[in-house]
Amino acid sequence: MSKKEDIVTFNKKKFRFSDWFAEKVIKAVAFLSIAVVILIFIFVFREAFPIFRMDKTVAATTQTLVQERYGGAGTDNSTPKLADNQVANSNKTHVPVDKPSATLLSKTWMPVSDNPRYGLWPLFLGTLKVTLVALLFAAPISILAAIYTAMFAKPRIREIIKPVIELLAGFPSVVIGFFALMVMATVFQNIFGYASRLNAFVGGIAMGLAAIPIIYTLTEDALTAIPKTFTEASLGLGASRRQTAFYVILPAAVPGIFAAVVLGLGRIFGETMIALMATGNAAMISINPFDSVRTLSATIGAEMAEVVFGDTHYNVLFLIGSLLFIFTFALNALAEFYFKNLVVRKYQSRK
Amino acid sequence: MNRNIKDTIVESLTGVCVLVIIFIIVAILTITIIGGWPNLNWTFLSEFPKDGMTKGGIFPAIVGTAVMTIIMAIAAVPFGVITAIYLAEYANEKSVIAKTIRFAVKTLAVVPSIIFGLFGLGFFIGFVGKNMDAIFSGGELKWGQPNILWASLTMALLTLPVVIVSVEEAIRTIPRDMREASLALGATKWQTIRKVVLPGSVSGILTGTILAVSRGAGEVAPILFTGAVYFSSNLPHSLSDQFMSLGYHIYIMSTQSSNVDATQPIQFATTLVLLLLTFSLNAVAVILRYRIRQKAK
Amino acid sequence: MNDIKVKVKDLSLRYGTNLALKKISMDIPEKMVTAFIGPSGCGKSTFLRTLNRMNDLIDNVTIEGEVLIDNINIYDKNIDVVNLRKKVGMIFQKSNPFAKSVYDNIAFGPRINGISNKKILDEIVERSLKQAAIWDEVKDRLFNSALSLSGGQQQRICIARSLAVNPEIILMDEPASALDPISTAKIEELIHELKKEYTIIIVTHNMQQAARTSDLTALFYLGDLIEMNKTEIIFSNPAKKQTEDYISGRFG
Repeated sequence: MSKKEDIVTFNKKKFRFSDWFAEKVIKAVAFLSIAVVILIFIFVFREAFPIFRMDKTVAATTQTLVQERYGGAGTDNSTPKLADNQVANSNKTHVPVDKPSATLLSKTWMPVSDNPRYGLWPLFLGTLKVTLVALLFAAPISILAAIYTAMFAKPRIREIIKPVIELLAGFPSVVIGFFALMVMATVFQNIFGYASRLNAFVGGIAMGLAAIPIIYTLTEDALTAIPKTFTEASLGLGASRRQTAFYVILPAAVPGIFAAVVLGLGRIFGETMIALMATGNAAMISINPFDSVRTLSATIGAEMAEVVFGDTHYNVLFLIGSLLFIFTFALNALAEFYFKNLVVRKYQSRK
Repeated sequence: MNRNIKDTIVESLTGVCVLVIIFIIVAILTITIIGGWPNLNWTFLSEFPKDGMTKGGIFPAIVGTAVMTIIMAIAAVPFGVITAIYLAEYANEKSVIAKTIRFAVKTLAVVPSIIFGLFGLGFFIGFVGKNMDAIFSGGELKWGQPNILWASLTMALLTLPVVIVSVEEAIRTIPRDMREASLALGATKWQTIRKVVLPGSVSGILTGTILAVSRGAGEVAPILFTGAVYFSSNLPHSLSDQFMSLGYHIYIMSTQSSNVDATQPIQFATTLVLLLLTFSLNAVAVILRYRIRQKAK
Repeated sequence: MNDIKVKVKDLSLRYGTNLALKKISMDIPEKMVTAFIGPSGCGKSTFLRTLNRMNDLIDNVTIEGEVLIDNINIYDKNIDVVNLRKKVGMIFQKSNPFAKSVYDNIAFGPRINGISNKKILDEIVERSLKQAAIWDEVKDRLFNSALSLSGGQQQRICIARSLAVNPEIILMDEPASALDPISTAKIEELIHELKKEYTIIIVTHNMQQAARTSDLTALFYLGDLIEMNKTEIIFSNPAKKQTEDYISGRFG
């Protein structure tokens, strides 16, 4: 172990294979996440695209064949699930029908009929109604609860409240949907006395439940991120806790709270199971929140299992999926850039 | 109005909101326990459903859920850990690539779960599976249809962001001077990651895995048409088999069951089982995460 | 005077546009203790870190000039930085043992150099801990976590850890500033022993410590090297007025 030899070795750059290899692999794997997003774009759009190339005579009606279900009741492992287009064709009747892409903007969603109509408006409206109910229910409650937790509660109590509410985040949406279907629907019907047991209101409240943990946690984070010095300064000037919370801290936390609500909105928008179980699944146009509705994601969830692989109905469902994907993608991008710009600008103006 | 009165009213109002939320949580738990507990016994957990789902147990659903989440974890965890290592150790935060990868991960986190189901259908089943059939079985239909493999992989994509976020958080709690100490001793970057950073992040990796498994066990939308079935007479014994799942079972039974009176107790009991499962997993993860954050202080 | 181990020529360092080190030149002899003193923020730690290229880890740093160790410029393009750091070890201000056992901390360096034979590792661990004057205190607790030791003990573990890779130069960035007086005394005693075999460069804000432990002292101020000479001269008869003002406490 001559010292002279050791010195010489730092003179020349040594190539270390494992370091080089590890770095390449790690970067490649990380890159895969971008690849996945792009793949989702491609493969969801791919199945939706045929819609726009169809004209009257090519489009065929769907005759749902009972055995061609994806995981419906009564299936067993050995029967091939997929009906080839060839097989399906023998059951299709060629009747003059409306061009599918033209029906997209109509007011009727009736994909299974002699003249299928794929009007998306009832679905948009249904989604809107449910989302509105959910947001109007969840946002105020979550934000106020977060204010209490961050501003008024004693530290010991805060340590208990936070994890308990985060527990709600741990409820799978199918469980919330089940609760809504079994319990909430009956309770609300008894209170309000409306006709449809499962409707936008019940579904909306249930969806709100799913969004509460998200909005609550992020709002609470945003509030506690405001430096303590603000609170101290305000209290030192003689303001009460309430005044400090609402006039000093809350305004400063607005970007974070906005992001929290946006994220909650995204969750509500994409929620499928609760919609399937608690909204009544009727694609109709109505203002009344106590009427049954059908949301976009529920449509996909309910009907994809009964659709023939590759036919028009299938394409339309993928189209709905594409729209959902674009919307949440745009919402996320907006929240990211808006949030970053607003926060950056706030920081700079403070100097 | 007197300021003190205003204060009290407002503070009470916000406090009431907290109570409302907690009340709802307790209500859901209580009702599920009351409805499901009477039915919860060893036979229920270990038997197959009988008599058109009106009797028997949910054993295959438990097994199906377990197997699916295991395959999902095997796919998602390594992918997620490596991506987290990249984000915490190799990414130059200002570079376009790093920002794009972060954005991609955030996108995956907010994509609706049903879209993953569509992706599973369009990509795994309709593209990968179909081509596998063309290459390996000469066009005969084997992989180009829903099965537990595709459902698990679909679920793995959904839970990937969960793993990444947990692991990255754990990696970042390792103080900078520990890395510097390692480098100052003449270790390379990869040696530092392997021998100092990763061993210190094990609890974060565990947390991420548990949260992912809990999420995977509870989500139903992605498996609606990528592999789950309502009834199967045997357990899945190959990757190309379909499977029963707790969440799917609850969904179908509560919305499409023909004999509500007979199946209602089963519905509640199954819900209770799923709830207990996700709860305990989440509780463990939360405790782990708490300990990680305590260590960082 | 001994041979020159480290020769610095016109070294300048910038953080972005901010000039933190202004054309520093100095000769550091081997197997002696050289101390860097000066008020906070004057660049002494930054300068120390240029000697083992730890500043490479920070973004936006530009370096001009040369640092020659055994006549090789360590800022040359062809330098293997990883091996450089095996020759030039560093002890940090706040002790940072790994969250591993005492044994694994010391064995860390040899293991990454490919040594896996248990007997050899045992030998190296014992030798390093003895050199760091902490063997007796931990020999029965080798497999306990290093974090369970006191602050002063942890710092000596860090020193032992550095010694285990056989460096020639040891850089110490305020090694005793976070320690109580008794631990500080132990560290200073250790430095006195170690200089027989290693070249030691120590940064300290404690003038008395510099006076006690070092053979040469260099005063830094705002990125400049004000004066460097034998410690007795700096503290009794400095050449520059600025040095005299700092020593007598008129500023800093």
